[in-house]
Amino acid sequence: MQFWIVQGLNSLSLGGLLFLLSSGFSLIFGLMRLANLTHGAFFMLGTYIAATALRAYDGLNLWVMALVAGLAVAALGGLFERLVLTRLKTNPLGQVLVTLGMSFIISDACLMLWGGDSIPVPTPQNLQAPTRLLGFVFPTYRLVLVGLAIVTAVALYFLLDRTRLGAMIRAGVDDRQMARAVGIPVSNLFTIVFCLGAGIAGAAGVLGGPILSAYPGLDADMLPLALIVVILGGIGSLLGAFVGSFAIGFIYTFGIALFPELAYIILFLPMIFVIAFRPQGLFGRVGA
Amino acid sequence: MKWIAAALIGGSLLLPPFLAGDFYINLASQILIAAIFALSLNLLVGFGGMTSLGHASYLGVAAYISALLTSRYGFGHGAAAVISISGTVATAAFFGVIALRATGLGFLMITLALSQVLWGLAYRMSNVTNGDNGITGLTRPAPFGISLDSPVSFYWFALIVATIAFLMMTGFVSSAFGSSLKGVRDQPRRMAALGFNPWLIRWITFVYAGFWGGIAGLLYVYYHKYIHPTALSTTSSAEALLGVIAGGSGTLGGPAVGASLVLLLKNYASAYVERWNMLLGLVFLFIVLVMPAGIVPGFSKLTAALRGESQ
Repeated sequence: MQFWIVQGLNSLSLGGLLFLLSSGFSLIFGLMRLANLTHGAFFMLGTYIAATALRAYDGLNLWVMALVAGLAVAALGGLFERLVLTRLKTNPLGQVLVTLGMSFIISDACLMLWGGDSIPVPTPQNLQAPTRLLGFVFPTYRLVLVGLAIVTAVALYFLLDRTRLGAMIRAGVDDRQMARAVGIPVSNLFTIVFCLGAGIAGAAGVLGGPILSAYPGLDADMLPLALIVVILGGIGSLLGAFVGSFAIGFIYTFGIALFPELAYIILFLPMIFVIAFRPQGLFGRVGA
Repeated sequence: MKWIAAALIGGSLLLPPFLAGDFYINLASQILIAAIFALSLNLLVGFGGMTSLGHASYLGVAAYISALLTSRYGFGHGAAAVISISGTVATAAFFGVIALRATGLGFLMITLALSQVLWGLAYRMSNVTNGDNGITGLTRPAPFGISLDSPVSFYWFALIVATIAFLMMTGFVSSAFGSSLKGVRDQPRRMAALGFNPWLIRWITFVYAGFWGGIAGLLYVYYHKYIHPTALSTTSSAEALLGVIAGGSGTLGGPAVGASLVLLLKNYASAYVERWNMLLGLVFLFIVLVMPAGIVPGFSKLTAALRGESQ
């Protein structure tokens, strides 16, 4: 019983991380029609920044670090969007290729700066003691992580559904041409959404640090998971990213725990199933 | 003019064994392998409008099956080659059915995800694939009793296969089927209205490209006598895609030129810097931003402009 409960919680926390990663990916794809292959590298960059800063300065707090790294990665993403991606407005394939190139550059720069060994990220001290509930023991940090993912999901939902900015973004996702025609500054929205997505990915990298630790190849491990989540849940849909993340969180965690060698095959079965019967994904609004 | 250029290139391919040392002959063999691989990807990218970021799957599957059968299960090279190519074609047929549910960026993401799954398998399923250690101690085949162990004999072998591959793929895109493929790339709805089946045309092309990707994979594993999961990685797919785009996607010879340049750059650079991936990323940015149509079309446009001015 303890096994199932602990693995269940691990699934939830992985799902929470995947949601933070894939919600930004999905928003960017929905609005800009851009598969941002740098997203995994943004995540990894956040983890490395946190690992270095937290080990260098004792007083630093993981949550502050998540904010700082999130802002730093958002700024980097904004620069990349303004300097490179806007030049390729008419060339969607070119955009994907430069994001791929950028991901190679970032991951290689991380390898150069931080070397090939994995660097652990310490869990915040007040969350190191396990929580006891109904006779079961839970790692507290993972519980907090799941809570944070849910808070972020609610905040993103309000941002998209209840604010003026959100209404403009939704208009841009549904019909970019028409949104432009009625005076919505779509290219500014591109920058905002790209920064937002990159920032959330960077912050997610920090929050995932205590579980995953920073290591070369973290980006290559996370990006396919995000892709599978988005393919499964549907491109451009927040709800899809939410449901898809937790589904993949469960499938991947239990797959690794029960059939460690086949986890990758188990991972792609639901994707094949969804693509076969509903190519736009479970909650997709945008045909890819 | 075109024929003279073709004859010059064809002639120069015959020269390396007579002029160069072993190092350059081996480099030339690697270029031929990369060229076959890039040409097969170009069928999808250039002629079918399907940008795949998972083409390394077919190279890797063929190489791994052949390596496992010959080293672990005692198969001969002939039988192993037939089985591994069949396995690759079956993989491509299956992946094609999945990936072609989508087009455009959805297709790209699905091919990337599928190839990452294979890469993960090669890494993690270490009792079969030997994981990060790769499979070592492989041998080269000896077709008709001719050993391919020397650089020169392997070069001739690779050249013959590459020539066949080039002719077969050129024939494919020049045929009536190739025309319908280009039609589906440019105007899928009109083609459907004319009674063609765009899905089937794309799928057949996908499988055909997978087949030649598998042939490149066999040559790859024969050449290196070693296979490692990096052959299946995104970097491997991306190198081929960069070759296709740098050379000019949708041209017949361009991708071969592009692939040779990528390979030369990689070999040349790795002697001086460790950071091949960073250089690869920078070249990606440069090519996409500065020469989006590729080097060969860019060059022919330039020469046309020069000739036009001189008249």
